[in-house]
Amino acid sequence: MSQDKIKTPTTTGHVWDDDLQELTNPLPNWWVWGFYITFVFTIVYWLFYPAWPIGHTYTKGIPGWNSITYTATTVDGKEVEKTTHWNMRSKFMHEMNEQQAEQKKWFDKVAGASYEDVSKDADLMQFVNSAGKTLFSDNCAPCHQSGGQGKVGFSPNLTDDHWQYGGTYDQIHTTIVGGRRGYMPPFKEVLNDQQITQLANYVLSLSGEPHDETAAAAGANIFKGDSAACYYCHGADAKGRVELGSANLTDKIWLWADVPAAKDAAAKLDAVKHVISGGLDRGVMPNWDHRLKPEQIKLLTVYVHDSLGGGK
Amino acid sequence: MEASKASQSALYAKHIPIFTRSVKGKYRNFKTAVMIVAYSVYFLLPWMPWERASSPSQALLFDLSTRRFFIFDLIVYPQDIFWLAMLLFIAAALLFFATGLIGRAWCGYFCFQTLWTDLFIMVEKAIQGERPARLRLYKQPWNAEKILKIGSSHFLMLLISFWTAFTFAAYFNYAPDFLVNLFTGHAADAAYITVAALTVTTYVAAGLLRENICTLACPYARFQGVMYEPDTLAVSYDAKRGEGLAGRTLPIAGLKTREERQAKGHGDCIDCGFCVQVCPTGIDIRNGLQYQCISCGLCIDACNNIMDSVGYPRGLIRYDSEKNLADATPHAPRLEWKRLKVLGYAVAIVVMTGTLFYNIGTRTNVEVSVQQVRQPMFIMLSDGSFRNRYQIHIVNKTEHDEIYKISVSGIPADALDMGNIPQVHVRAGKDLTVNAKVNLEHELAERTKTFNFVIQPQTAGAETITLPTNFNSK
Repeated sequence: MSQDKIKTPTTTGHVWDDDLQELTNPLPNWWVWGFYITFVFTIVYWLFYPAWPIGHTYTKGIPGWNSITYTATTVDGKEVEKTTHWNMRSKFMHEMNEQQAEQKKWFDKVAGASYEDVSKDADLMQFVNSAGKTLFSDNCAPCHQSGGQGKVGFSPNLTDDHWQYGGTYDQIHTTIVGGRRGYMPPFKEVLNDQQITQLANYVLSLSGEPHDETAAAAGANIFKGDSAACYYCHGADAKGRVELGSANLTDKIWLWADVPAAKDAAAKLDAVKHVISGGLDRGVMPNWDHRLKPEQIKLLTVYVHDSLGGGK
Repeated sequence: MEASKASQSALYAKHIPIFTRSVKGKYRNFKTAVMIVAYSVYFLLPWMPWERASSPSQALLFDLSTRRFFIFDLIVYPQDIFWLAMLLFIAAALLFFATGLIGRAWCGYFCFQTLWTDLFIMVEKAIQGERPARLRLYKQPWNAEKILKIGSSHFLMLLISFWTAFTFAAYFNYAPDFLVNLFTGHAADAAYITVAALTVTTYVAAGLLRENICTLACPYARFQGVMYEPDTLAVSYDAKRGEGLAGRTLPIAGLKTREERQAKGHGDCIDCGFCVQVCPTGIDIRNGLQYQCISCGLCIDACNNIMDSVGYPRGLIRYDSEKNLADATPHAPRLEWKRLKVLGYAVAIVVMTGTLFYNIGTRTNVEVSVQQVRQPMFIMLSDGSFRNRYQIHIVNKTEHDEIYKISVSGIPADALDMGNIPQVHVRAGKDLTVNAKVNLEHELAERTKTFNFVIQPQTAGAETITLPTNFNSK
């Protein structure tokens, strides 16, 4: 104990309300020194970092101190290397470069292997699943939906076993690179309403849906006849032709006419009639060969083939 | 004004440095033995080799980069975090149990603050000498002798602090490589930060702050106080015997023998002050139980030595309970363990330890989880059958690469389509996610609500895992 160190508190001498006084205790030493240290810190900061504006320029700080180099892609697609003083954005860009370099190793492995070899390698497939999901979400999901399930009347389901343009690796690759354009002419110009009803009944009969037998028999003649010439695109067996991307009418999968969602037989008939009479000019998929890098397209091909539909 | 001055001075006590006198006795021997065992384990364990297939051969290694924690043959994964929770529970219950029985035994003999403070005081004694020499050195002006002695002891403390910090970090790295990397500048940033921070905190806490950590900073020191009961054995001064009716006094002429003292009403305490000089927190045990007391028992050793030299019976300062000391006819101090609180803590410790060992004993070598792909919930195929898709995540917790064969039960075997990966090869300590598709024809799909994935490790004798899974068709 050293009581002698405790002094009587001094006041400003001002007394009000009888006994209220203001003390003049000094600030604690640690606080005062902390305050001075902030001055020193400021000066050090000025030396190392961009700080003071001078006319149209500014003090750059000591060059070479804590600088960060990173590569960025400009709007016109050029890769430029930039060196700047430390800041959050350049640090972020630098870390992104490192991560991209890390990811590139895996892309290179996918690019260097055949489709089959990629699909047999569980480690590579894990990469395909995660990187593919990102690529698919960024580029394909707006039409094909986030899980590749598509939407009836808008875009094909990539998770089922029906592939209009073919489901092999090469066929999927061709589709992604070149895009697709599906077309069916409107048949109300050559067929009357009765004929369209008969044709629709025939189409429903192909998939085992409820239909009128006589109308379907008449519809079969129209399908195979030359006035409408449905067989020309859909094939004599109505199973579609991969070269044209025409739909297989005999399976349970519906792309344009939403038969599964229709409440009753009449609504199913209406849905099919609507497609036959109006035709289709909506099945457009853009080409991706200049929007995605070759290794990205290859990875997406494997993703669509093995992670989604399995090509079968 | 006067009142405020008085209250201010009462709140401020200038720190008085403590120079403890060394002492011999059974509590000192126990403390030294604990120190030797604890330091041997702590400093040597990272260097103990242990043969392992897939990772560095170090007996105890917390490998943060691969998120595996090796404890001899036990491999702990982050998902086993509840083992740590159990361990902490056991440690807490053990602390409560011991404190209820024998007071702050943890503080006095086992706490790292106590151990390292003890070690650093030993360093000071070795370089600067016994208490009187250290006091003399403290009071003398800064000359060559003082600079050399104080400087070298603090340098040695810093070295010990550094090796303490290095050892801690070595539990997280392969020690032989880490030692080289640390000095050649190749260790990770986190390692340098850890070593620097622990060097500084060890040196400051045990070298400079010492008893202030216990009296001012440590929460355990304070809340252990509420666990004391009247039956708890604590380091106590027998005031009745020591003070007598007329108080303690020095053994001056005419008061040398016990009979003379008792005739004049004086107690057995000869007021030599040794109990105060040996106290690492600088208190006087004769003032009764105090929050600063860490129960190290050194004052018992000191007092017993004095009692022996003057020929009085031992135990003026001893482990005894508050209740027994206040008793008119005190019995010999004994452990009062037949109390609800003590037995309750004992049961909690036994139950939790049993649960922990059971859990560790029944741990699995593989962890499998199946996640259904929900976009879409189900897929209708061209022939009207249904497809569900799943992602199977397999964690191989063994020390060897393993091949897992995946099949289904409850539905036809050919319903499962694993793509081109019929068998999954997972490296030791790694995990992998694979796609699985299940196709069921229309009728069967509508009847099937659940089926099982069967995961069979291909190592002989390995346990098969069956996972019930949902199948959606509407």
